[in-house]
Amino acid sequence: MRISDHPILGKDRREKKIIISVDGKEIEAVDGEPIAAALLAAGIRVFRKTPKTGGPRGVFCAIGRCTDCIMTVNGLPNVRTCVTPVEQGMEIETQIGHGKWKDER
Amino acid sequence: MSKGIKKTGVPSWEELKDTSGLPDEKRLEEGPVAFIECVQEIPCNPCELACPSGAITVGRPITNLPRIEGEKCTGCSLCLAACPGLAIFKVHKNYSETTSLVEFPFEFLPLPQECEIVRCVDRYGRFVTEGRVIKVKRLKKYDLTPLITIEVPKIFFSDVRSIEREVCNND
Amino acid sequence: MKYAQVAIIGGGPAGLAAAIEIARGGGQATVMDENHRPGGQLFKQIHKFFGSHEHQAGVRGYAIGEQLLKETSEMGVDVMLNTSVYGIFDNFKIGYIEQKREQLLQAERIILAAGASENTLALPNGTLPGVMGAGAAQTMINVHRVLPGRKIIMVGSGNVGLIVSYQLLQAGADVVALLEAAPEIGGYGVHASKIRRTGVPILTSHTIKEVVGKCQVEGVIVVELDGSMAQKPGSEQFIEADTVCIAVGLNPLTELAWLAGCEFVYIPVLGGNVPRHDTNMETTVKGLYVAGDISGVEEASSALDEGRLAGIACAESLGLYSSGEARQLKAAVWDRLDSLRTGPFGQKRKDAKDKLISTGEGSVL
Repeated sequence: MRISDHPILGKDRREKKIIISVDGKEIEAVDGEPIAAALLAAGIRVFRKTPKTGGPRGVFCAIGRCTDCIMTVNGLPNVRTCVTPVEQGMEIETQIGHGKWKDER
Repeated sequence: MSKGIKKTGVPSWEELKDTSGLPDEKRLEEGPVAFIECVQEIPCNPCELACPSGAITVGRPITNLPRIEGEKCTGCSLCLAACPGLAIFKVHKNYSETTSLVEFPFEFLPLPQECEIVRCVDRYGRFVTEGRVIKVKRLKKYDLTPLITIEVPKIFFSDVRSIEREVCNND
Repeated sequence: MKYAQVAIIGGGPAGLAAAIEIARGGGQATVMDENHRPGGQLFKQIHKFFGSHEHQAGVRGYAIGEQLLKETSEMGVDVMLNTSVYGIFDNFKIGYIEQKREQLLQAERIILAAGASENTLALPNGTLPGVMGAGAAQTMINVHRVLPGRKIIMVGSGNVGLIVSYQLLQAGADVVALLEAAPEIGGYGVHASKIRRTGVPILTSHTIKEVVGKCQVEGVIVVELDGSMAQKPGSEQFIEADTVCIAVGLNPLTELAWLAGCEFVYIPVLGGNVPRHDTNMETTVKGLYVAGDISGVEEASSALDEGRLAGIACAESLGLYSSGEARQLKAAVWDRLDSLRTGPFGQKRKDAKDKLISTGEGSVL
């Protein structure tokens, strides 16, 4: 759900789009936006499952303070997706529990 | 009996009349004039600075409620766009024998078109009457606060303060 | 080791304003900010600010942000971005991480301007995706141009809850209800009036009993509260929604002040534990200053002025201003701060700040 026109911000004039993958599925993102924004825009809200109960978690503070939005990015777990910009070809995975480093799998 | 601004977010008639922000009956009959519906003491005075005719006074401390001097008000609408609280309106009670004009700030999309028939609402967002859009002003000095003027039946000039907002889907 | 005459931790309105004042005095300011762009929360404030002309009333928050960035750049302030400060060690050695490397910076003076973080609410199922801070929704819509949901329940009627509800409407969302546990609306009436005109109901003496949903928010059960804030049995109703925004206050991000050994005072009105400071914004650790929400949650306008105050006082302590010059500059800022902290809304904060400011070791006004 992207805001294409806005009474104060005006029209969205960002042109550069890139492709990232989320759990193997490709989605479009705006170059430079945080991972969390790209996921929310694509309707993806569940970012990880907690270690003890497997409960779903997503964005809470959106400014990099609470760590609720962490996911595994390019094999690196616990990445704060709300303050990490997307990059072409980035591989994002729903993190299960504490996550695993690429070389641990 | 309205419960007032602290309970409902809408000022009651008693609260509005208690301020000196509304013009007197005589001035209202004479032509377009500002209605300042600001009922709480907050540190704020852009309306005072925006008025080119010196018709609005806040003074010091800046928490004073704004007072309007009707005779000085020329109906220029600058204060409507300047108020950060969007609490100022303009009323032209005797636009015609049967209709009045109400001008209000409206920061939503889509903006209506001039001549369009619109659904007009009161301070509670309740539908009151249909009205016609006379003007939509988007001047640079308003800093992205459009001002809309609507024509409504005269009996509604003191109730109508906005139009229904369309929920637009962006996707 | 990198050296800074004045290290300013946090590049929001308080930090940038402090940096500009240091530079004006002829000093060297180094701003350290974790984000890839400075400005703190200013850029998501798309509404016109209140206050007086000196407070830039009538100017939209992001425009004030742009102005600050322009000034810092013109004055040659050193801005370190993507820089996370994690510790303050003996003699003002600052530990930080930049480019994935741990590094140290030696500072002569430090100004902490790290801001505040949103409070959460312990609600049944309150961790479901779709439950987020109101500021988080504001960041998503105004900075990233993404709607976090379509049907929003807002919890909290302080200025943040009221303003963000309005901005969610501007972004195209539907705010189905705003809930306030207290019997009265907490923020400015004019903010409430704006959303009432669009038909958003404000339910005072109501709160969420339970968030409903399996993998994400599908709705809420709201309940009415009685005079003693207890839930009234039988008053429950289900409201369909996909997002719950929590606007129940902020708490200062004070970790670095704790680490540095500052003395704290617990003042709920200011957000919780706040570092004690004097009229110069200097903490109980000599040479360490605070400014903005870290020293008590208020608003952007007070953050800007506290930043200026800390910058001027810090410059004075470095000998860059005579005490006469500094006194005049500080008095002008205090005038502006005092005028913001008046009236039925500001007085509580003034009383709280007076309580916090000490005139000497351990003494309180």
